[in-house]
Amino acid sequence: MMSEENVLSQHFEITGRDFSNAGKASTSIKEILQEIGIDSSITVRASIAAYEAEMNVVMYAHRGVLTLNITPEKLHLKLEDEGPGIENTDLAMQEGFSTATDEMREMGFGAGMGLPNIKKNADKFEISSIPGKGTSLDIIFCLNKTEKK
Amino acid sequence: MNQYFHSIQIDTEKCNGRMKCLRVCPTQAIRVKNGKAVIIEEKCIDCGECIKACPHDAIVPLTDPFGELTKFRHTVAIPSPALYAQFGREILPEKILSGIINLGFDSAFDLALTCGEVSFAIQEYLREYRGPKPLISNACPAVVRLIQVKYPELTDQIIPIEPPRELAAREIKKKKSKQLKLKEKEIGTFYLTPCPVKMISIRQPAEKGKSFLDGAISISDIYGPLISAMEGIEKGSYRKALENICILGVGWAMVGGICRTLRLKNSLAVSGLADILKVFNDIERGKLRNIDFIEAYSCTQGCVGGSLTVENVYISYNKILKLIETLEYEQIKACPDIREVRKLYSQKYFFIKGKFEPRPLKPLDKDLAKAIKKRKAKEDIYELLPKIDCGACGAPTCLTFAEDVVKGEAVLTDCIFNLLQRFKEPTQDFSELFNKYSFLSQSKSSAKKTSKKGKIIK
Repeated sequence: MMSEENVLSQHFEITGRDFSNAGKASTSIKEILQEIGIDSSITVRASIAAYEAEMNVVMYAHRGVLTLNITPEKLHLKLEDEGPGIENTDLAMQEGFSTATDEMREMGFGAGMGLPNIKKNADKFEISSIPGKGTSLDIIFCLNKTEKK
Repeated sequence: MNQYFHSIQIDTEKCNGRMKCLRVCPTQAIRVKNGKAVIIEEKCIDCGECIKACPHDAIVPLTDPFGELTKFRHTVAIPSPALYAQFGREILPEKILSGIINLGFDSAFDLALTCGEVSFAIQEYLREYRGPKPLISNACPAVVRLIQVKYPELTDQIIPIEPPRELAAREIKKKKSKQLKLKEKEIGTFYLTPCPVKMISIRQPAEKGKSFLDGAISISDIYGPLISAMEGIEKGSYRKALENICILGVGWAMVGGICRTLRLKNSLAVSGLADILKVFNDIERGKLRNIDFIEAYSCTQGCVGGSLTVENVYISYNKILKLIETLEYEQIKACPDIREVRKLYSQKYFFIKGKFEPRPLKPLDKDLAKAIKKRKAKEDIYELLPKIDCGACGAPTCLTFAEDVVKGEAVLTDCIFNLLQRFKEPTQDFSELFNKYSFLSQSKSSAKKTSKKGKIIK
């Protein structure tokens, strides 16, 4: 059983198109993970995943909330956004698939690597989306070394 | 014994706790306790920002006094190329090196030549490297330490080639001892340093090996005597002096100098810790994989901006830039032979002996469950704080103060606002105090009245 006090929970609000603040949530997340002494390779993987998730909101959605939940066993990043959603999540998970505009590509985004990159870094990854409403991501990392993905 | 040696020390006599250092420290390694600044060893990366900020010169870099020279049979000065940027346009390295000998060194070595060799070695390393990119220059020890402390996962991307100062000292000891029939330890090698961090890299190399240098003397200490020592030197031919300068080497004095003189295409040059943090965050996110090489210096504009230099950083930066442009225009290539460098490179001549290891900060607790609890407590404490980062508690920000409280290194009542909050519910002591001093507010309002009256009369 997990007692409430063993969970560290933090919310980060992300605004669509707010490029000047893009990356702040994932930087804060990385700092928290370093402070509590999460293994540095997991910290880097989690902050890359958090960054990609954050950038997806900035680029495509109206707004979103990234929630970090840490227990001694697992690290859970949950992203819920309000936005156009994704028509075909299977297609979106393919490397190289992207609906990014030319402007976004100019900025170095939209290579169609975002979601696949999250999946690659995470131990467990789930995506669900309702077109016209929004997308939600569950990104999980195991902290218990004996437990495999 | 302290685990980490630091070249930055606080002179408690001079320190009067003005907190300038507290605010500029990029790793929040300073606290003011009982009116005096204290450095948290584990967090300090020896960047020297606090030295520049202190109005009372109370933060002193621990460089070697001149007297150290007498301990050796033969002494060699190895000036950082940043020294060449400290004087007017007409004073070229040749004259500066002669001046150094006049100061009492047995010889002076032109480090720019070794810098040139190392530039070529970096080029070779970049060519054969196949790991994650970009590679990061190790020229600035503060940057190396920053990576070890804050970006542990990037330590493998630090180029494992000896910095020029170390390489030069190693070779000088070898050659001079043979030449003069002395033992290597009888040859004293002294680096003339633009910053305090190079000093620690001598006492405690980042890769845990052993330094070949015997000490460091700050450019600011040597500047005055050197000016006088250069006075008597006859002015030689400008053109001839120019022809001895290694263009690759002088580039090491300023940010972007290595990239420019090597003509690297996919490279980036960054200076100043705030900007370095932004760039390193992007590296960690994998955003800069298309870049091969990053040259980063914690001081603005590179070594010419070091806290132990004398000349205005923009003037000295410009001097180096103009020198490079002149050498490019005149097509002067007094550089090491690249074939020779390649040969040495294949013999592992350039590589560091040890390895750069991460040095991550201690977590809030070794036990993850406890660390999580402490992190939550930190958040709760932070919520109680005014969040104005006034520094009166002795910590640089409210957030670091909350962390100190959780770690048991500070108490909540150190926060002046928390203390005031308590007084809001007037305790007996407080109301007594209030009554005792109530005349202050009365006399103030009566003073106002009289002044008003005064105005009316006028």
